[in-house]
Amino acid sequence: MALADKDRIFTNLYGHQPWNLDAARKRGDWDNTKALLEKGRDAIIQEMKDSGLRGRGGAGFPTGMKWSFMPKESRDGRPSFLVINADESEPGSCKDREIIRHDPHKLIEGALVAGFAMGARAAYIYIRGEYIREAETLFAAVAEAYEAGLVGKNASGSGYDFDVFVHRGAGAYICGEETAMIESIEGKKGQPRLKPPFPAGAGLYGCPTTVNNVESIAVAPTILRRGAGWFSSFGRENNRGTKLFQISGHVDRPCVVEEEMSIPFRELIEKHCGGIRGGWDNLLAVIPGGSSVPLVPAAEMIDAPMDFDGLRALGSGLGTAAVIVMDKSTDIVRAISRLSYFYKHESCGQCTPCREGTGWMWRVMERLRVGDASIEEIDMLWNVTKQVEGHTICALGDAAAWPIQGLIRHFRPEIERRIAQRNGGLQEAAE
Amino acid sequence: MPKVKVDGVEIEVPAGATVLQACELAGKEIPRFCYHERLSIAGNCRMCLVEVKPGPPKPQASCALPASEGQEIRTDSEMVKKAREGVMEFLLINHPLDCPICDQGGECDLQDQSVAYGRGASRYHEHKRAVTEKYMGPLIRTVMTRCIQCTRCVRFSEEIAGVDEIGALYRGENMQISTYLEKAAKHELSANVIDLCPVGALTNRPYSFEARPWELKKTLGIDVSDAIGANIRIDARGREVLRILPRVNDDVNEEWLSDKGRFLVDGLTKRRLDRPYIRLDGKLVPATWSEALAAVAKIAPGSSVAAVAGDLVDAETLFAAKQLLAALGSTLLEGRQTGLAYDCSNLAAVNFNTTLAGIENADAVLVVGSHVRWEAPLLNTRLRKAVKKGAKVFIIGPEWDPTYKAEFLGADAAILNQLPAHVWAALQEAKRPAIIVGGAGLAKGALEAALSVSDQLGLVRELEDGSQWNGFNVLHMAASRMASLMLGYAQKGGIADIAAAKPKMLLALGADEVDFAKFADSMIVYVGHHGDKAAHVADIILPGSAFTEKAGIYVNTEGRVQYADKAVFAPGDAREDWAIIRALADALGVKVGFDSFDALRAALFAFNPAFGQEGLADYGALPKGVTGAAAGVIAYPIADFYLTNPIARASATLQRCSAELLHGETQKEAAE
Repeated sequence: MALADKDRIFTNLYGHQPWNLDAARKRGDWDNTKALLEKGRDAIIQEMKDSGLRGRGGAGFPTGMKWSFMPKESRDGRPSFLVINADESEPGSCKDREIIRHDPHKLIEGALVAGFAMGARAAYIYIRGEYIREAETLFAAVAEAYEAGLVGKNASGSGYDFDVFVHRGAGAYICGEETAMIESIEGKKGQPRLKPPFPAGAGLYGCPTTVNNVESIAVAPTILRRGAGWFSSFGRENNRGTKLFQISGHVDRPCVVEEEMSIPFRELIEKHCGGIRGGWDNLLAVIPGGSSVPLVPAAEMIDAPMDFDGLRALGSGLGTAAVIVMDKSTDIVRAISRLSYFYKHESCGQCTPCREGTGWMWRVMERLRVGDASIEEIDMLWNVTKQVEGHTICALGDAAAWPIQGLIRHFRPEIERRIAQRNGGLQEAAE
Repeated sequence: MPKVKVDGVEIEVPAGATVLQACELAGKEIPRFCYHERLSIAGNCRMCLVEVKPGPPKPQASCALPASEGQEIRTDSEMVKKAREGVMEFLLINHPLDCPICDQGGECDLQDQSVAYGRGASRYHEHKRAVTEKYMGPLIRTVMTRCIQCTRCVRFSEEIAGVDEIGALYRGENMQISTYLEKAAKHELSANVIDLCPVGALTNRPYSFEARPWELKKTLGIDVSDAIGANIRIDARGREVLRILPRVNDDVNEEWLSDKGRFLVDGLTKRRLDRPYIRLDGKLVPATWSEALAAVAKIAPGSSVAAVAGDLVDAETLFAAKQLLAALGSTLLEGRQTGLAYDCSNLAAVNFNTTLAGIENADAVLVVGSHVRWEAPLLNTRLRKAVKKGAKVFIIGPEWDPTYKAEFLGADAAILNQLPAHVWAALQEAKRPAIIVGGAGLAKGALEAALSVSDQLGLVRELEDGSQWNGFNVLHMAASRMASLMLGYAQKGGIADIAAAKPKMLLALGADEVDFAKFADSMIVYVGHHGDKAAHVADIILPGSAFTEKAGIYVNTEGRVQYADKAVFAPGDAREDWAIIRALADALGVKVGFDSFDALRAALFAFNPAFGQEGLADYGALPKGVTGAAAGVIAYPIADFYLTNPIARASATLQRCSAELLHGETQKEAAE
């Protein structure tokens, strides 16, 4: 089983055709969007629920249900907003970038459809600061859409007024967290807010807000056109649809590819990436969902289905489906230590466990990398990750803790070997 | 009223309470750093984690979680204990642990909570973070390495003070609290962040390395730097007052104190009059008490005597002087030193009737001739709260930065006679309208005009909930004002009447703002504590006590009678003021009817029972049918916020504040 070309949603993922409106229309975007909207809000949300689409940003929350949390109508005059998370900063992730630079109209049309479904007044697309060319494309695409009357007043002739704003970030990973993103759009320091209140109650400018990933929004029009049944024919129960996988690391051909959910790891790699560098025996471990999920050692990974539940059963997660493949040439402790440095660098500093814990964990990891530690410190590090995990305002603390927990769970002998080696070496030198 | 279970005990909590408040109601102590009752909830220190069911299987920040029906809260479980230990350990890994050289030592939340909830030993062996020194002005000493990023100071300056002076820079473990571009914090309440800071990051700069909290004797006092009467705690060691802190009183100062009230401490030991002086051949010569009293006796004024009260005087001194003059046969009493002569026949008309706490509920406020931020910073925070709740504020007078949205109508007091239509409409539509007349307004005849507006708008009314609303207010600036008015220190023509009477002897009770040129023919007997303006012209100086050196009763601008205790003894030969007046009575050969402080107080209470009870005095109803017109350009009386009274003028700290914060002089140290 593999996704047939006719079932691909992102037909210009590789940029073989232009991104602009004319080309996008030829690919089927903006095709009678008015008719989609005429289905009505409830019908759209029901269709999304039926499709089984789970949020593509990492947490995997059912998208249709998220939309349904928005107030049906404003009781106090506050407008609603849709915020689209294009702050793709997770190490390993690069799917939103491909969507934005090659198929931006899928996103903009999705914004209109999703915004209409939740009764939003406008969509804010928050694009990562480092995506400079992508932002240029997106600005141009939005301008095109306004020009053609697809968004703005009487969007696509539907009688619905809907604005799309593009907001550029300044390069902070934490602004990918939904409430930090809202703060950042409001012009404040990007620090996650306390929940409750949830954004659906009081989000951007205190108004009801839904924050969705680019991919979740971009697939919505196609789902509505081709039907929930079509979308849910892919993947296993509870893990439906197609997904953009981003395979990087030690494979022959790293790539971004749209595939069916639940595709086995081996098939994904063999079919699209030309196999593991040095053959399957050379596979050491895989981080299957971007830097914030725990790694999975080769033996468990090879036949695992690539979906939310399958990877969760392995103690990891699908995350954004940013598959980082590591062969046996990898210094696995150093790799995880580098991730720890990333989280230390990107912690917003607001709440204590993450602010203080990420630095501590990184420093201990750096010592473990060279074996400059005692065996007990592995347990201490484990303990510290547990002290961070679940004690913070947002999930960055968890994300910083999990890679280390995965490392200790699966590669403790390697860490102990390094400690023993260094201690042994030191003893010899001292003699 | 949801019912929750805290550690197995079911209690009912008010709707809208948080889990933390529910735990406190149940008598459980919840450790916290970032949470503060008067600030918004940040939820970032994570020290208040508790276990809550139903909910996710992880500890929850109790400060931010609403209490809801049927919650089971555990504050004593293993999960909670571990969470607290974990957070405490994290807070300490980058904390310098320099308690022995830290001024917060002994009153440090981090210290206390680490003992109570911490692990006991650290497992952290890496390098610690250090933060470069920040400059926050002459009042706040910073050691930012100690900061635990609770952001209380940031929230205070944003929410209470209303100025974005303090903020956080950078992120992660590099996050630093700083003022923008390291400018000094300039707000009049800025030093309250010292009290808010749970660690030793922000400490009291003038008090640096002076004392440990356990060495200090704490006395309850009343602030005299303005007419608000903020409740304070005077911390003294031996004979010296070392610092002043605010006390909690929701009716008056909540728990804030203006910088002037807090930092006039060092003025209490400088320029003090610690022995009597007599002017001989134009020069002041030190004298003994008996010589000085004999000199007063030699004046032999008969009934040609007058008394002028200063701004810091307590009610007992005022009453004693009143009795002395009565015994001599004079009623020439005046307290309004700068020449104000508003009508005081009805004290309700010169009182802050809405009360300080009540003004928060006003929905439209007209301020006439008051620079509220300088004249009563603590009232300004109340007005700011009212505006946050939706009140409209209009101000007649030259523009100043109120820190909230307010419309300035112009500097001409005559605007009050014919208010612009939209202002009139706003006041008329308001459910709880209020007028505040300041000193500058009183000077331009705004009292009668405002009373007339009050009459027309019906500022005194019954609210929908049946409670009484009195929206007519006068904002005074002197701590002694209301007490002196209650004791009759008001001539019809003000101090001009006193000058016209050409008294043989003028008794100046700490009166330093008087234009003494008008009393060139009088013998001036100065009873006061600082060698300020009056001491330069006095003929006889009798050294008295500052507000920390005597017990006293003060009545604030809302007519609230408050008692202060004596913290320390006056320096040198200085005496308590009432005793000086008692001695004057003997020297002048009259009887004043008291021989002890208690007898004085008993006589005072007999004269006006309002003084006998702490709380709001009852001045009756506002006068009806008053008419009058205001005229003239309003000019605020305070030229320099930090230097409004003799103690403040003697304080090096406040002089530096004035020079640096108001007049922009760069620090000398920085220039070197």
